[in-house]
Amino acid sequence: MIRFENVFKRYPSGREALSGVSFNLQRGEFAFLTGPSGAGKSTLLRLIALIERPTRGTVLINNQNTARISRGRIPPFRQRLGVVFQDHKLLHDRSVFDNVALPLVIAGASRREIERRVRAALDQVGLLGRESHAPITLSTGEQQRVGIARAVAPRPDVLIADEPTGNLDPDLSREIMELFTRFNEVGVTVLIATHDLELIEHLPHRQLRLVAGELAADSGRGDA
Amino acid sequence: MASLRHYLALHRQNLLDAMRRLASQPFASSLTVLVIAIALALPAGLRVLVNNAGALNDSWEGAADFAVYLKIDVSSENAARVARTIGGRPDVANVTLIDRAKALEEFRAKSGFGDALDALEGNPLPHTLVVRPKSGAAGDVEAVAAAVRALPETDLVQLDTAWVTRLRAMLALAGRMVDLATVLLAIAVTIVVGNTIRLEINSRSVEIEVVKLVGGSDGFIRRPFLYLGLWYGLAGAGAAAVIVAMALWALEPPVRAVATLYGSGFELAGLPLRETAILVVGGALLGWAGAWLATARHLGAIEPK
Repeated sequence: MIRFENVFKRYPSGREALSGVSFNLQRGEFAFLTGPSGAGKSTLLRLIALIERPTRGTVLINNQNTARISRGRIPPFRQRLGVVFQDHKLLHDRSVFDNVALPLVIAGASRREIERRVRAALDQVGLLGRESHAPITLSTGEQQRVGIARAVAPRPDVLIADEPTGNLDPDLSREIMELFTRFNEVGVTVLIATHDLELIEHLPHRQLRLVAGELAADSGRGDA
Repeated sequence: MASLRHYLALHRQNLLDAMRRLASQPFASSLTVLVIAIALALPAGLRVLVNNAGALNDSWEGAADFAVYLKIDVSSENAARVARTIGGRPDVANVTLIDRAKALEEFRAKSGFGDALDALEGNPLPHTLVVRPKSGAAGDVEAVAAAVRALPETDLVQLDTAWVTRLRAMLALAGRMVDLATVLLAIAVTIVVGNTIRLEINSRSVEIEVVKLVGGSDGFIRRPFLYLGLWYGLAGAGAAAVIVAMALWALEPPVRAVATLYGSGFELAGLPLRETAILVVGGALLGWAGAWLATARHLGAIEPK
């Protein structure tokens, strides 16, 4: 589902964020992307979301070479991808409902479909009944769950998350990880970048460890 | 079909959202609308003044009258016949014959040169016709004068259209200057809206970034701003129409006073319906164009980080 082949990413400043990274994440797999700050975790996720392009090498998402996706085709590509951010990236001038509905509105879902899916997504993250609230009135953990609801509402094939528990205490962090596990159980491919090794050490999922832009360890390689 | 309905629903949503956004910052929005209104009211108001001057000129029927002096040996009967011939032309409104004998009497009575005239042999004045063409346009008057000049009885046609021509030229010049002002101020309106939208884009960069991240196309992102520009232009044009109407209302009493002094029934005309429609539609289009320029220039710069 997500396949990196000898990927390099060098920024205009000259810093090489990724050097020769190769891995293959199967459809329906769950993996953590670990490593110290500055190891290239965010860069790797940005290559998947097409926020950045690789300097060299190939990134294949769902067997599609991302290098062949033109600028104009990026929006439909991103509509099939769920992304969760450390800072939630919620829009504070609209309600929880409208935040979660945003990708569905963009994709052109009907009003009824939007209502149904937003409620389903909010139910899954345990925030049903908070639709009309302003995000700012929610706790950090709740805001993160709104962000997750928004990412899963369009039922993406792939869910990627950059430090989704970065600002949360251990209990809330565990809840968030359980949420991701549940989405994975219904077939969504999940890749989560985190530096919180304590949180994930008891979880059975595959771990990809980046150090200084190179893949230093892979706990279980998916077949090609 | 469903996607078309969805598309139209999105547009309606954008239209309403943009209006709400304007209403949510009434002070800042009003200032921008007022600047646009003044920029649009200037050419519209000047246009109204030029139109009125043109109407005033057209109503000045006497301007096209000209005098025809017949040859001295033409008899009274012949003069009357020539007057009928000219009066029968389709492009002539009427002809007045001033008989040479009557003219002499009048001249003798009023000029005080009676003794000098007595010294002359016979009547030195010719029969005179005053011709009023139907049309006051310089070319039409010239055509009538040329036809009259070709008659064998005609000695001299005295055509004083120079000042009419000059007035017309001045009006044409004024009209052209209004055209130029219109173009310049239209550019100004586009820039004002473009700049306002640029600020709006900057203040909503987080939203734009998020929409891009969840797969919003450029069109999806651009549309709210285009509608915002459309509203600015529309509101500005509406306010401009009101400003012009108010200015005319303020000018009306003194204009009527002047017209009365000249014994004229002249009345100040407002902006005609057609031109009001052009003003409003044009204003909306300028707003849209300004927004389009701003989005084309600045939306691409906001990419997810």
